[in-house]
Amino acid sequence: MNTTNPLILLIATIFTHNIALVYILGMCPFIVISKNFKTALGMGAAIIFVVTLTAVINWPIYWLILVPAHAEIVSYLIFIVVIAATVQLLEMLIEKFFPPLQSSFGIFLPLITVNCIVLAVLLFMVLRKYDFVQTIFYSVGTSAGWALAITIMAAIKEKMMLISDIPKGLRGAGITMIIAGLLAFAFMGFAGMITLQ
Amino acid sequence: MSPKKTVKRSLKHTKWFKALTAGLWQDHPTFCMVLGICSMLAITNRLDNAIAMGFGVTFCTVFSSLFVSLFRNVIPGRVRMLAYMVIIATFVICVDRFLKAYFPPISEALGPYVGLIITNCILMGRAEAYAIKNGPLLSALDGLGCGIGYTFMLVLMALVRETIGFGTLLGHRVMPGSWVNWVVMTIAPGAFFLLGVYLWIFRTIAKKTEA
Repeated sequence: MNTTNPLILLIATIFTHNIALVYILGMCPFIVISKNFKTALGMGAAIIFVVTLTAVINWPIYWLILVPAHAEIVSYLIFIVVIAATVQLLEMLIEKFFPPLQSSFGIFLPLITVNCIVLAVLLFMVLRKYDFVQTIFYSVGTSAGWALAITIMAAIKEKMMLISDIPKGLRGAGITMIIAGLLAFAFMGFAGMITLQ
Repeated sequence: MSPKKTVKRSLKHTKWFKALTAGLWQDHPTFCMVLGICSMLAITNRLDNAIAMGFGVTFCTVFSSLFVSLFRNVIPGRVRMLAYMVIIATFVICVDRFLKAYFPPISEALGPYVGLIITNCILMGRAEAYAIKNGPLLSALDGLGCGIGYTFMLVLMALVRETIGFGTLLGHRVMPGSWVNWVVMTIAPGAFFLLGVYLWIFRTIAKKTEA
């Protein structure tokens, strides 16, 4: 088992090992949804919620059912089915019980099913052998780190749209990549703080 | 079966040819649709990883498109996403096991990124945009085209990043001894910048610009 302190894990995954800017995951929504600050914030909140929930559900499934049964080979299948089911369930619950949340939060849920981060958190959790408490901190930290990155990106892009004259070919995805590169540089400034295994 | 023999003269105008080449230039998964960026940026700092990843993705696109298309009449509309994911995951498991068995060092280097082929948007995108509406053979060709287009892009990125970042190519030293490695190219910022520049070049050439 991994012996990293959960709190260190939380800080590390937000700053030094940011999943968007260091591991480069979850890029599709990062490019498409980062046009508007409010939308990005909603997407970030939805991600934090879903990632934490699926990690908490999948940890016992993997370590208490799949490992004793020597069925690790189907873990990918189980993970995605559980993710899809959780997201679908969540969508239905929100539609039924919290209709006001639907427009700000619910519309992002179908997108999350195919988001790399949700699966990536599960795969890293298995790969690094986190225990249950570490898993909770790891998933919260990772998704919060991603939400932080996308909101910064959205804020920069919103301002940029107002003032700048970008070359035609660079508009859209191109400039997003360049900004992400600069952001990744900025986040490298944290790198000396913590080393994760 | 082979349509190439029967319509040899106008090969360029058959739907088969179109299905194959759409993914190579016109609807190139990276440049036009900006899909599948995650794994692309993360693993292209070494050429051998990029090639392995390209083969894995191509294998998965071909077979998942083929099978989605075969089952397209029995997949209910509401749960089709789940059906795609199960089909895709099956082939990703094949790739994962294959790499673990025959290329353990590459499997080690790619780590969780092999499993993440499942959530590579290209696979889902091709299933939803093409395979669910077209016949199995055409879908497989379309998948092959997209897979090759994606592999090409991976290799293009890895060529630059490994040469400049490590001074090597497939592990062999190619740069002169006095070369100082640009470490930035091997990590995340370099990947972002390089893709940004590629997108810029391509979109300027193809005149595909966004407002």
